[in-house]
Amino acid sequence: MVKTDLLVIGGGPAGLAAAISAYDAGIRDIIVIDREEQPGGILKQCIHNGFGLHVFNEELSGPEYAWRFIEKANERNIDVRCETMAIDMTPDKVVTVVNVNDGQYKIKAKAIVLGMGCRERTRGALNIPGERPAGVYTAGAAQKFVNVEGYMPGKSVVILGSGDIGLIMARRMTLEGANVKMVCEVMPYSSGLKRNIVQCLDDFGIPLKLSTTVIRVHGTDRVKGVTIAKVDDNRNPIPGTEEYVECDTLLLSVGLIPENELAKSANIALDPITGGAIVNEYLETSVPGIFAAGNILHVHDLVDNVTAEATSAGYNAALYIKDNRPKSSTTLKTVRGDCVRYVVPQKVELPLSEDQNKKQRFYLRVDNIYKNVRLIVESDGKILYNIKKIAVAPGEMEHVDIPFKTLNELSSDIIFRIEKQEK
Amino acid sequence: MSEEVRVIPCIICPVGCTINVTMKDGKVESVKGNTCKRGEVYAKTEVLTPSRTLTSTVKVRTKEGIKPVSVRTEKPIPKDLLFKAMKELNSVELDAPVKVGDVVIHNILNTGVNLIATSNIK
Repeated sequence: MVKTDLLVIGGGPAGLAAAISAYDAGIRDIIVIDREEQPGGILKQCIHNGFGLHVFNEELSGPEYAWRFIEKANERNIDVRCETMAIDMTPDKVVTVVNVNDGQYKIKAKAIVLGMGCRERTRGALNIPGERPAGVYTAGAAQKFVNVEGYMPGKSVVILGSGDIGLIMARRMTLEGANVKMVCEVMPYSSGLKRNIVQCLDDFGIPLKLSTTVIRVHGTDRVKGVTIAKVDDNRNPIPGTEEYVECDTLLLSVGLIPENELAKSANIALDPITGGAIVNEYLETSVPGIFAAGNILHVHDLVDNVTAEATSAGYNAALYIKDNRPKSSTTLKTVRGDCVRYVVPQKVELPLSEDQNKKQRFYLRVDNIYKNVRLIVESDGKILYNIKKIAVAPGEMEHVDIPFKTLNELSSDIIFRIEKQEK
Repeated sequence: MSEEVRVIPCIICPVGCTINVTMKDGKVESVKGNTCKRGEVYAKTEVLTPSRTLTSTVKVRTKEGIKPVSVRTEKPIPKDLLFKAMKELNSVELDAPVKVGDVVIHNILNTGVNLIATSNIK
C-alpha cells in the first residue's frame, strides 16, 4: 500500500488548484491521480475563450488556463499520475486505484480532496422515445470529438438544451461547416450566459426555440430527423405543436451530474439538490479529512470560481494534515430561504479562529429569473448581508462574503433568501 | 438619408437590456434602452466594429499521425472575417512539437492579429 499525506482525485482545474495550494501551505507528500492521458480535465476540450478573467485578468482558452496550473504543479514536482483511475474509497481514506502499468493498488492518505468533476446527463436520463440510431451525442462528447480527436460527428445538427456547452457547440459545429438548425430549450429561458446566446447563436442566425423539446428520434442506422414540440408550463408536450426536423445529429446539453460514486462508497453524505457532498466551511465532507471542490461539489459556471474553491479546499486539507484547526463547538446550518435553490457550504462549524477580518465565502443559486430584488442573509432576525440585485438568474451563481467575526457571534442557523421588491 | 434601427441585446451584465441603436448614413444617431453607460459603449461597438476572438483547431503532423491543436486569435478580429479566417486555418499544417503561445499564423487576413496555439502537441 502506498502512503501519502494528501491524495487528490482528479487532475482538472479543481484537483490541480487544491494540490498546488496544499503544497504552498507546506505539504510535500502529495499524489494527484487522473484517469485521462493528460491532466487538465474538461478544460482540455474547452478551446473557446473567456477563462481566467477573475484569476488572471485575461481571457484565456480552456487549455491555456489548464496549462498555467499544470506548469505550477510541475514547478513544485507534484506527483501527478495520469491514466490512473480510482475505483473505491473507504471512510478511513484508503483509495483503490488502477492503471495499465501497475495494475491495481491502494493508496492510504491522511487527507483526500475530491475533484472528479461532473459527467453529462444522457439521452437515457431524458427518456426520449424513438429508435436508437448513431448520431445522438452529449454536447461534451461531440466537443471532444471535434476539438481533441479532430472528427466531426455530423453535418446537420439539432441541439437540445441551451446550457453553455450546447451554445458553445452550436458555434463550434457551425464554424467547422455543419448546419446547426436550432437549439431547443424545454424551459422558457436559457440557462446559458447571455454572452453565449449572442456570440454563439445570434452571430450565426441559429434560432433558439424556448419551451420546446425533442419528443422523438427518427432513423434506424443513423439519425434521420427529430420531432420537436412546444411544452406547457409543466413541461409536457402540447399535442398539435409537433414539427419534424430533418437532421443527422442530435446533441444533448441537458445538465451535469457530479460524479460522486466514490463519495458514496465512502458513505459521504450527499446533498440531493446539488448532487455533491454536504460540506462545512472547510469544504470538508461528512467524513473527516475528505474534502471536495469544483464541479464534484456543485456545478459551477466559471472555472475561476472552481479555482478559488479548490485553493481553499487544498489549504484546509493542509491544516487538517498538520492538525492545526480549531475544535468546533457549534455547528450552524445554512438554510435556503425564499427563491434560493441551494447554498454551499451547507453548514458552518464555529469558531473560525484565524484572522477575524477574513471573510467566509458562500455560493448560492436562485431558482428562477428575478429582477430588482434584494439578496439577504440573516440569522436569528439579525441581518448579516443585504444587497440590491438588479437581476439574478439560475444560470449565474451568486456569492456572499461574510467576515469571520460576524459568523463567530452567531448562535442560530443562517438563512439566505431573495426578497422581491414591493412595486 | 437612410435611417435604420439596430436591436442589440446587451451582454455586459445579467440585466440584459435590449438596446436600440438608430443609425443614419452609417453613423450612430441615438442609443436607447440601455440602463448604464457601459451598455451604450457596448452597443456602439457592436454596431460599428463588431469583433470576436476566433477559437478553433489546426492540423499538426506528429509521429502518430495528424492531430488537432487548439488555436485562438490573440485579440478579437472583425466578426465578418470569421469564416474567411476558418478557411485559412483549414489550409494550415504544422509539424510537431507545438507549444502554448506559438504563433501559427502571423497577421491573419491583414488584421494585425496573430493566431496562436493554445495547447501543446509533442
